[in-house]
Amino acid sequence: MTKKGYYGKWGGAFIPEILHETFNELNKVFEEVKADPQFWEDYFDLMSTYSCRPTPLTHAENLSKHFGGCQMYIKREDLNHTGAHKANNVMGQGLLVKRMGKSRVIAETGAGQHGVATATMAAKFGFECTIYMGEEDVQRQRPNVFWMEKLGATVIPVTTGARTLKDAINEAFRDWVSSMDTTHYVMGTVCGPHPFPEMVAWFQSIIGQETRGQILSRFEKLPAKVYACVGGGSNAMGIFQGFLADSGVELVGVEAGGLGLDSGQHAARLAGKDGSQGVAQGYKTMFLQDNDGQMLDTHSVAAGLDYIGVSPILTDLWEKGKIRFEAATDEEVLDALDLTMKKEGIIPALESAHAFVQAFKDAGKLSADQAVIINMSGRGDKDIFTIAHAYDDPSWKKFIMKKGKAYAAEK
Amino acid sequence: MQLKNDIRSALTDKKILLMTHIVLGYPSFEANRETIKQMVENGVDLIELQIPFSEPVADGPIILKASQDAIASGVKVRDCLDFAAEITATYPIPFLFMTYYNILFKFGLAEFFAKAKRTGIKGFIIPDLPPEEGEQYLELARKYQIAPVLIFAPTSTDQRMRFLSSQGEGFIYCVARKGVTGRKSELNEEFDSYMGRCRQATDLPIAVGFGISSKEDVELLTGKADIAVIGTATIKLVAANGPHAVGPFIASLR
Ligand SMILES: Cc1ncc(COP(=O)(O)O)c(C=O)c1O
Repeated sequence: MTKKGYYGKWGGAFIPEILHETFNELNKVFEEVKADPQFWEDYFDLMSTYSCRPTPLTHAENLSKHFGGCQMYIKREDLNHTGAHKANNVMGQGLLVKRMGKSRVIAETGAGQHGVATATMAAKFGFECTIYMGEEDVQRQRPNVFWMEKLGATVIPVTTGARTLKDAINEAFRDWVSSMDTTHYVMGTVCGPHPFPEMVAWFQSIIGQETRGQILSRFEKLPAKVYACVGGGSNAMGIFQGFLADSGVELVGVEAGGLGLDSGQHAARLAGKDGSQGVAQGYKTMFLQDNDGQMLDTHSVAAGLDYIGVSPILTDLWEKGKIRFEAATDEEVLDALDLTMKKEGIIPALESAHAFVQAFKDAGKLSADQAVIINMSGRGDKDIFTIAHAYDDPSWKKFIMKKGKAYAAEK
Repeated sequence: MQLKNDIRSALTDKKILLMTHIVLGYPSFEANRETIKQMVENGVDLIELQIPFSEPVADGPIILKASQDAIASGVKVRDCLDFAAEITATYPIPFLFMTYYNILFKFGLAEFFAKAKRTGIKGFIIPDLPPEEGEQYLELARKYQIAPVLIFAPTSTDQRMRFLSSQGEGFIYCVARKGVTGRKSELNEEFDSYMGRCRQATDLPIAVGFGISSKEDVELLTGKADIAVIGTATIKLVAANGPHAVGPFIASLR
């Protein structure tokens, strides 16, 4: 029998003693709600009234034609409230926080989507909210910082380490070890110590449940392949859970290939050769680390994928050959994004665009009576600065310079 | 176990022992060498040697920065082991390794124990390894007779403390308050009742750390704890005034 909180040899709960009781309580409440059908009903009701669940499954006819071959479907998590799948997890944990009677929430964020979702949940439920965000991510996801602050959250830029997602997680833990009496840490992905991987996967399973029903009703059979980008792995776990039992459906996780798998500048823990097993941030998985066990700097154009570790649940499924892992480079991502905007009028987040890249690569090898599903984990609006910069967009630049000048003149 | 006996016998001459802390390779091994010399010459009884890790979640800003600077300057785990061997051969007091689990895991757990044993290290403190995750670790600790020092926190229940005491060796490291290293702890009535609970739960010697930095702190701990842990305070001092400031500081504590 595997130990609790383990998936094969991955996972666990490597937590400092000070948090032992906090995790006991969290585990207890989580076990209670899992056994309580009313909880899931309340959650479902919240997600269909406060957010837009079920989110649509869009048939991307133009892209399907363009690649000639399979029927492409897009699961529209961008239409979830706050613009990404992150709300599924956050609203669920919000209900847990209410049950535990805590009054403050903290979270890490990379792309800012989890931070915005948490700040939104805190506003709705009346919690105090602090968001930790790597300084580098504050710079590249500025619109989300603005919204978090407007929603009433305090955003703390993290200036230690690589100044990205892993450092934000460390700081959130450092907050939590003194504030646990009143505060819940809303972990944003299927990583960290048990029960977080299981809990976040549970809330995100709503994506897969919906998608399975939708494809069977629209296409009348199961898809050949399902694609999802993988940062920590929550949107991927969400959609994959709808198809894990179907041996005919290939599940494809797409990691950040950055400047290429041989460049040392990527965040591909499973698709590349650079990952190795380790224990950090409370769990055991494949990490990007050096021979001493020091974590490496990762790179991706997408802040939400720019992370050293990956879900222990996904690592186990990868090890067992149940999920294929691929990587998409920054450049491929920008091309796929451009094509999707032009052909479908849909703007995926830079993270989500990684999944599109691999679906586009595979499309030609499939036939017209086969379907593939791409999980579009979020919308691209948050990336306006990064994308405009990457395309070196002249009219945008002119606008920013004019705005800058006007602000400077105010002083 | 040897560490526990060393502590017990040192306690026959002194009312309270002092344990200090250094981050290996920060600001340099040369500075570590001088700092340790100053510490031992001024009566420090045990020293924690922290092998830097890139993600030190239990540490506050000072030790975090020290760890990151050490790694950035090229300090490797093997350098730390070599340095430890040199130091344990030079001074008669017990030295311990403090680090995070990934350092041992990546090195190879059994190999790390074997190497540390040859190095003359007497105990390990691994704050992110609860006994539930450390079955193999605890087994190897028994095999190699290296004390796996476990931690009590103010949030630990009495039952939990008794369990930890049954799993740990050498001494118990009691963190004086919630939070990370580096900030001051209030040694008030609430703290006294916590100390009482710690004593009830274990027969092992008790060390108290987190924010202990002055003679007053050490005095307040005398009679309650067996070991006062001075961590961040000397790291700050070395960074600000160099290793030579450490001797007088230590001498002023007791
Ligand atoms: C839109 C979007 N997609 C994907 C991710 C990656 O996270 P995960 O792998 O947990 O889905 C993020 C994370 O910030 C995100 O904002």
